[in-house]
Amino acid sequence: MDIAKLFNAFPGAISQGIIWGIMAIGVYITFRILDVSDLTVDGSMATGGAVAAMLITAGYNAWFALLVAFLVGMLCGLVTGIFHTTMGIPAILAGILTQLALYSINLRIMDGKANTAVNVNKFHVLVTSRNVRVLSFSNPIVFSVLVTAVLILILCFFFRTEYGCALRATGANGAMARAQGINTNIAKVFGLMLANGIVAFAGALLAQYQGFADVQMARGAIVIGLAAVIIGEVVFGKLLHTFSGKLICVSLGAVIYYLVMQIVLWLGLNTNDLKMLTALVVAVFLAVPHWKSKAFSRMAAQKGVLEDA
Amino acid sequence: MLDINHIKKTFNPGTITEKRALTDVDLHLAEGDFVTIIGGNGAGKSTMLNAIAGVFPVDSGNIIIDGQDITRLPEYKRAAFLGRVFQDPMTGTAATMTIEDNLALAYRRGQHRSPWKRGITSNEKEMFREQLKRLGLGLEERMNARVGLLSGGQRQALTLLMATLQKPKLLLLDEHTAALDPKTASKVLHLTRELIRDSHLTAMMVTHNMKDALQYGNRIIMMHEGRIIVDVDRETKVSLRVEDLLNMFEHTSGSALDNDRMLLG
Repeated sequence: MDIAKLFNAFPGAISQGIIWGIMAIGVYITFRILDVSDLTVDGSMATGGAVAAMLITAGYNAWFALLVAFLVGMLCGLVTGIFHTTMGIPAILAGILTQLALYSINLRIMDGKANTAVNVNKFHVLVTSRNVRVLSFSNPIVFSVLVTAVLILILCFFFRTEYGCALRATGANGAMARAQGINTNIAKVFGLMLANGIVAFAGALLAQYQGFADVQMARGAIVIGLAAVIIGEVVFGKLLHTFSGKLICVSLGAVIYYLVMQIVLWLGLNTNDLKMLTALVVAVFLAVPHWKSKAFSRMAAQKGVLEDA
Repeated sequence: MLDINHIKKTFNPGTITEKRALTDVDLHLAEGDFVTIIGGNGAGKSTMLNAIAGVFPVDSGNIIIDGQDITRLPEYKRAAFLGRVFQDPMTGTAATMTIEDNLALAYRRGQHRSPWKRGITSNEKEMFREQLKRLGLGLEERMNARVGLLSGGQRQALTLLMATLQKPKLLLLDEHTAALDPKTASKVLHLTRELIRDSHLTAMMVTHNMKDALQYGNRIIMMHEGRIIVDVDRETKVSLRVEDLLNMFEHTSGSALDNDRMLLG
């Protein structure tokens, strides 16, 4: 167990964490603001990566690739949204359907191959793992922190606008939102589009960072996104109450997740067991509020018995 | 003002849980009417209000507000005409949003919501503060508090304010004091009357409290098995007592009024 080896791996873990943090912000929009568990992201993140990889290797500008990935991600969200609202399919199932369909579509995007390499020597990319120790703007940590900051600013602006408030109301209380004249179906579809646009954008960054896109690159992404959201809330939730603060928590949650994963790998955990570990961590953290409320109601009941006696 | 022409609604038709909720409702309201609605369990009181609000489509008949047929409009579009307060204090407000955010949402009822314009302006905040003072609950000092932190009575008072902030053509009150303790309930009812009077609103109020039904409003209707069986106008209502109401009900429906939550006096 060489501690230097662990520290050596930290810059890579941090930059990966920040890129996944962008994806987790998309998950936050559906999971926390819209109150929908959207499983589309497992597909749409890979779609973003595939689109970016194909465009960049075809000679297009990397910024342009990011923009197209975002738009294609919105399309993925649109499909899930239509499944859910117009066709009345439960949100979770709607997301699973789109995700499954996207597997085929992602293969189509990549000309039938399971992965596409983006060679850093041949193409200009915005982020690459090669530069994690470079002290300049080309360092992926610097670049993705800036991107995250801009994204958080834009989202803060949007969720304070009239329509942004309508979206928040839709997630908080659909019946109330409709009574206030909000078309909650359109709001949900739009929220899903926005979230998946951001997720695909993160996928496009990740493909550049790791130097390839792969149909499997986002398997279980929803769980990692949820882990980031929940870890962020548990660790920093008491400190940051504003909307921007909450989004920063999500991003930090993703970084912590990747640092912890790096540590358990360093401790000798088999890489193949990582996903199981992630699933267990998320399951436990999701259970905590449930157990808490159960314990509280039991305490309240006992108190009631005492007072009655 | 409001014309409900022979609306019918059956839930789960053709199944074992079939429920004929509205068998034939015909009702006409004049501008400024404040109607209280009473009736037994499952008489169709809430269903009628929900039919007006567009929570579900009706099977037949039509609903006209101010000459405009709204029968086919979706719920969110009808919101432009309607202010609504529900029985459950949780339903009318967004618990995770602040008091001022909730008011701002209600202030834009029936209007286009832009993705560029601020969801709440500083002028509006001042106006909301003034309006909140009318409630006499001190909420004007807690405008940044989440609505989830408020008591049931405070939430109902806030919902009432939200429903009237943008003057509705029709105010629908669905047993909005049923979940409150008697003292709070009477406070919210007084507030209701005040708001209705000040803004000259047309209103429908479902209640299980016979005394309230007599005390408030200028017209009483009684429902039974999905239809209106008694309609008492202003002149008769003034001299009416609870016993008269019960007799009227038994006489018309041929059965005793059966509502396990009914308060007689």
